[in-house]
Amino acid sequence: MAEKLYIDALREGLREEMQRDQSVFLLGEDIGIYGGAFGVTRGLIDEFGEERVVDTPISEQAITGIAVGAAVAGMRPVVEIMFFDFLTLSMDQLINQGAKIRYMFGGKAKVPMVIRAPMGCGTGAAAQHSQSFPGVFAHFPGLKVVIPSTPHDVKGLIKAAIRDDNPVVFAEHKLLYRVKGEVPEEDYVLPLGKADIKRKGRDITIVAGSIMVIRALEAAKELEKEGIDVEVIDPRTLKPLDMRTIIDSVKKTGRVLIVEDDPLSFGWGAEVAAGIAGSEAFDYLDAPVKRLGGLDIPIPYNPNLERHAVPQVENIVEAVRELLR
Amino acid sequence: MDLTTDKKLWMYRKMYEIRCFELEVDRLFKANMIWGTCHLSVGEEATAVGAIAALEADDMITSTHRGHGHCIAKGGKLPQMFAELLGRETGYCRGRGGSMHIADIDTGNLGANGIVGGGIPIATGAALASKMKKDGRVTLCFFGDGANNEGVFHESLNIASLWKLPVVYICENNLYGMSVAFSRSTAVKNVADRAAAYDMPGEIVDGNDVEAVYHVVKKAVERARRGEGPSLIEAKTYRWLGHSKSDANVYRTKEEIEEWKEKCPIKRYRLKLVQEKIATDEELDRIEKEVEKEIRDAIEYAKNSPEPSVDDIANGVYA
Ligand SMILES: Cc1ncc(C[n+]2csc(CCOP(=O)(O)OP(=O)(O)O)c2C)c(N)n1
Repeated sequence: MAEKLYIDALREGLREEMQRDQSVFLLGEDIGIYGGAFGVTRGLIDEFGEERVVDTPISEQAITGIAVGAAVAGMRPVVEIMFFDFLTLSMDQLINQGAKIRYMFGGKAKVPMVIRAPMGCGTGAAAQHSQSFPGVFAHFPGLKVVIPSTPHDVKGLIKAAIRDDNPVVFAEHKLLYRVKGEVPEEDYVLPLGKADIKRKGRDITIVAGSIMVIRALEAAKELEKEGIDVEVIDPRTLKPLDMRTIIDSVKKTGRVLIVEDDPLSFGWGAEVAAGIAGSEAFDYLDAPVKRLGGLDIPIPYNPNLERHAVPQVENIVEAVRELLR
Repeated sequence: MDLTTDKKLWMYRKMYEIRCFELEVDRLFKANMIWGTCHLSVGEEATAVGAIAALEADDMITSTHRGHGHCIAKGGKLPQMFAELLGRETGYCRGRGGSMHIADIDTGNLGANGIVGGGIPIATGAALASKMKKDGRVTLCFFGDGANNEGVFHESLNIASLWKLPVVYICENNLYGMSVAFSRSTAVKNVADRAAAYDMPGEIVDGNDVEAVYHVVKKAVERARRGEGPSLIEAKTYRWLGHSKSDANVYRTKEEIEEWKEKCPIKRYRLKLVQEKIATDEELDRIEKEVEKEIRDAIEYAKNSPEPSVDDIANGVYA
C-alpha cells in the first residue's frame, strides 16, 4: 500500500472509472485545463480530452439538469460543483427531478449520476464558500449521500458512487484534500451504506463524519492519555445510514457522542441520536446522548471566529470528559 | 452631460485609489496578513469609476466577488475596507464578511457577492422598491461575463424590462470567467447582444476608457430615472492579475496580459487629462501622493483595530 493524498486518491478513482467505462464523463466549471478550483481533476483533460472532461459555463442549475438528462439517456455523468454552497443552485434539478424520476416514472428510468463538491470551513472563504450541509440531501428520498473521510475511503466510495444507479451527492471536506493515508494498489470498491470502525474502544462511542473523523481520532489520542478508550465510528454514507454498526458500538460502550460539521440544528446527528434512542441500544445507555455540530450561524470570515463556528479537537475532548464524568 | 473638471479629477483619483488599494491587498495577502481569498480588479478601474460617476449619491449598486473597486467608487471608506479584509471589528462587516461580502448600505452599496450572478435579482428588487416608493433612485448592477450564463440573469432582465424597473445592468467583460474564455462559455459574441431578447437597449463600451463608460452609463441611468426601463451595458476590459490568489494564469498567454497592460486605463486617462490641459502632471502627482498617504493611514487604522470577540459570535444572525 502507498501513502497518498486524499485529493490524489479521489482523482485516481475518477480516472479508473473513466478508463473502465466509456459512459463516465466529467462536467463542471473550470475542471479542464484549470483542473478544478481545488485541483481534483488536474491532468484528466490531457488523458480523456474535452469530450469527457467538459468545462461548462457558470450555470449550476443547467449543469445539474443536464447530468440528470444524460444519466436518464444512458451516460454516467460526474458533476463537479465548485463549492458545496453552490449546490443550492442545483437543488431543483437534483431534488425535484433527479431524485424523483425513478419512482415517479414507476421504476422505468434510472439516474446514475454523481454530484461532487468541496464543503466546509477553515479556509477563510466566509459565509457563501464554507458551508457543510450534506445532511440536507439525506432528507430527500431518492438521493444517496456520501461523506468520505480518508484517502482510502474516498477512492473506494467514488467508485461505488459512479457505479451506483442512483443520484449520489458526494461531499468532500476541503481540509481533507491535503490529508495523507494508505491507499491499496488494487481495484477496490466500498459499499454505500456500510459504516467503518475507525478506532476500536471500550468506554465511549464517537460517531463522526468527514473532517470530524480526523478530529475525533485526534481527540481519542488525547483521551487515551487519561485512560479513556474511545471507539470512533465513521458512517461514511449518510444515506443509506448504517445504524446497525452504530447501535452495536453503543451497546458495548454505553455512551455516545455524535460530531458533525453541519449546523447542529436539524443536522444528521439528530437522525443518528433518534436511531439510537429508538433501538435496543437505549437500554444500554449510561449517559444521555450528546451532540456536537456547527453553531447556528453563517460561517464568519475572521479566523478566530471561524474556528469557533465548528467543533475542534478540544471541544470533542471536553465533551467526552463530560460524558464520562 | 458634460463632465466638470472636478468630476474628471475625482475619476482620476478614484481609479488611482482603487489601483493602490488592490496592489496593497495583494501585498498584504502575500504577507499572510489577509486570510481567505480575494479577487482583485487591477486593470478594470475605469469601468467601476466611470459607471458610478454617472450615479447620484443616493442611487444604489450591487457588486460582485471582484468588488473592491465598486465599493471605493461608491464612496466606501478605505479604513473600514482594510479593516474588513484584516477581519477586524471596525471593518464594514465587523470582520464577519471579508473581501467577498463588503457592503455599505449608507452609501447605497448593497454588497459584494460570493455567488456569481447573485446580485442581479437583488439589484432588480432594489429597483422594484424604488419604483414602488417612487423615490427616484436608480440601481446599477455590476456583474461579470461569467454571470451572464446564470439563469437569474435571464429571469431578472426579463422581469426588469417587463415592469420597466429603474435598473442598469453593467457587465464587466474581462474576457474570462475563472479560466474559461468568454467565447467558450457564451453562445453570443457580445453580452450586450442579449439585450434584444429582453427588449431593452444594449450598448458596448470600451471599459478602459473612463469617460466613455461614464457617458454610456449616464444615458442609461437617465432613461431608467425617467421610468423608461432598464438597459444592458457591456464594458470590455481585462483583469491583469489571476482570478484569485490561487491562479497560475495557465489559460492565457503572457503576451495577451502584456498587451492589455499597455491599455492601462489610468495611464491613458492621465495622458488625456494633461493633453487636454485639464490638469498638469504636478497636480496629478499631488493627487497620487494624497491617495498613497490615505492608503497608508487606512492600513495603519486596520492593523490597530481590535479583533471581534468570540463572545459575540452568535449575535446578529436575526434582526
Ligand atoms: C454560483 C457560483 N458559481 C461559481 C462560482 C465560482 N466562481 C467565482 S468567480 C467565478 C468566475 C466569474 O466570472 P465573471 O462573472 O466573468 O467575473 P470575473 O471573475 O471575471 O470578474 C467563478 C466560476 C461562484 N462564486 N458562484
